[in-house]
Amino acid sequence: MTTWRDIQADLSAAGYVAGDDLAMAVHLALALGRPLLLEGAAGVGKTQIARTLSQVKGAELIRLQCYEGLDASHAIYEWNYQKQLLAIRAASEAGESGPGIEERIFSDRYLLERPLLRAIRQPKPPVLLIDEIDRADEEFEAYLLEILSEYQITIPELGTIRAVSKPIVILTSNGTRDLSDALRRRCIYTYVDYPDRATEMAILAAHHPGVEGRLIGQIVAFVQTLRKEDLEKKPGVAETLDFAAALVGLGVNDLTDDPAALQAALVTLLKTQGDRAAIPFQVAQRIAGKAA
Amino acid sequence: MRVHPPVTRFPARASGPVDRLADFMAHLRANGLQVGVQDTGTALAALTTIDALDPDQVCMALKSICASNRDDFARFDDLFAAYWQNRGHERVGQAQTAKDRQRSATPGQGDGATGSGTADSVDTHRDGEADQQGEGRLIASRVRNLMRTDLRDVVSPDDMAQASAIADRLARAIRDRRSRRRKAAKRGEALDMRRILRASLATGGEPVRLHRRARPDRPTKLVCLLDVSGSMTAYARPFLAFLRGLMGADGATDAYLFHTRLVRITDALRDDDALRAVNRLSLLAQGFGGGTRIGGNLHQFNDQYARCLVSGRSVVIILSDGFDTDPPEVIGAELARLKKRGCRILWLNPLKGWRGYQPVAAGMAAALPHLDLFAAANTLDSLAALEPRLAAL
Repeated sequence: MTTWRDIQADLSAAGYVAGDDLAMAVHLALALGRPLLLEGAAGVGKTQIARTLSQVKGAELIRLQCYEGLDASHAIYEWNYQKQLLAIRAASEAGESGPGIEERIFSDRYLLERPLLRAIRQPKPPVLLIDEIDRADEEFEAYLLEILSEYQITIPELGTIRAVSKPIVILTSNGTRDLSDALRRRCIYTYVDYPDRATEMAILAAHHPGVEGRLIGQIVAFVQTLRKEDLEKKPGVAETLDFAAALVGLGVNDLTDDPAALQAALVTLLKTQGDRAAIPFQVAQRIAGKAA
Repeated sequence: MRVHPPVTRFPARASGPVDRLADFMAHLRANGLQVGVQDTGTALAALTTIDALDPDQVCMALKSICASNRDDFARFDDLFAAYWQNRGHERVGQAQTAKDRQRSATPGQGDGATGSGTADSVDTHRDGEADQQGEGRLIASRVRNLMRTDLRDVVSPDDMAQASAIADRLARAIRDRRSRRRKAAKRGEALDMRRILRASLATGGEPVRLHRRARPDRPTKLVCLLDVSGSMTAYARPFLAFLRGLMGADGATDAYLFHTRLVRITDALRDDDALRAVNRLSLLAQGFGGGTRIGGNLHQFNDQYARCLVSGRSVVIILSDGFDTDPPEVIGAELARLKKRGCRILWLNPLKGWRGYQPVAAGMAAALPHLDLFAAANTLDSLAALEPRLAAL
């Protein structure tokens, strides 16, 4: 039997440093066969966990990116209308009659699989990532309920399709809109926060093995101080990684060494004009000085 | 490493882990978490997959099952410690979320504390229920009071947020207009027979490509002009929160402040942090709170902005008390000029809500003939009452 520590170790071997809460939630979602709902600010690694999990499990990653106006025909299935039409024409030329054609054109061969249907028809359980569910409309959330609780999809012409294997479902949300309680109740929930100092250093060390420990410490201290500033868009983990890569690329060994290089590398952390203005040169230098 | 759990006193009748867990679930419910019977089952199943003797693990596992939003997630550790680590059945009542409050404010609908608890904890449950209902009534009446309070006295962030929410609803009521005609669209409810037939000629009469039609949105654009002169300063903050709400509903809404000059504040109001935006602007507004030149400002608006921003699909909302230092003819003339652009003009006057108010101020009287709607705006109630009238415009 695998324990949650095993999962944590597996994930970190694949380059994803998961906090205890997250590792436990992933473990429970796997052990109980329930979907996992991850909430948190942008850039804390919600999407990445699905990718890493599919790597660890050797499973296929099926991704459904949600957007406003996403509907069943794009997420679940659609009939291949053109193919059906050609089949009807071909059949009528061959002199075939009604019921036979009807049965054939509403069969599996004329069905266009979309991510959700594909996910429940895989022989080996895939990782199904439903990204940014809060962007989809509420109707779509309702579609999801049947799939997430029963692992089945009902197609009027074909009947109910049950899951061949239960996919590992991961939903992510940025909180642009409140999700329904019905959806929340069906999921294992965890809130992914910005990582603490030690975790973020571990993440950085895992992604940039060449960087020396002292610089990693400085970078993390710098970014974490920056998150406490009054910014429109706080830098996430992805930004920290970019920042580290930028510093390495610029040949910086110490944050306080080269003010110009630090200022240049800030473009990877501050993504709006307002934030750029909020952290002028002197402030950046002061934070770097404290971090060193 | 295993930490030995502090010994927990269990209810006398609780025999096994199932009872204890059920009682813990009842404890969570009493503290406002939404957990159902099904969750108890899930939690029991979860305990079999972890080391159930390690309190840290159990806490994390139960947290991921029982918490279902950020607030619950943040306070679960305390609730867990309070129950299992013998700090008594503490209620962490203050941390109730907005949603809980709403729910307990609608009597009869609350999920209550009807858990399958044991004898020992029945008292706690009763407390819980009484508290919830009590608080519900309190809040309901508070809300009613607030809705009738003159907006001058509305200052707390909560009230601001509510002003904002009402504005958001109003903006949607005005904005959601759909055309009666259908236009070709990628996805729509109706088939476009004409186009299908025309396209089918290319495929030998076979309708291979399906074209569709949908009713396009014809959103109404809002333009707001807020008077922040001396006589209106008391209303400036709630009205700014109101404007902020109007802005939120739609990306094309436009807003202006005026006193002796006209200032465009659209960009400032779109600040991510709602309260910060309103605070910043109310400072700005206070700084100028002097005389009013409504006529002059409308003239400037017509000259500078109206020609590119106001069209037949616009609704211009003026929030002002109508006390003008410019000659009244100017207001009349400028409103008539604005009206020629085909827009509709609403005038929301906080004084109109006062008993015995007559629009005798010369400016107001001159403006009246050009208005599509002249309404009171001195309480949140009066603002909310606008919704059906705006939708009917």
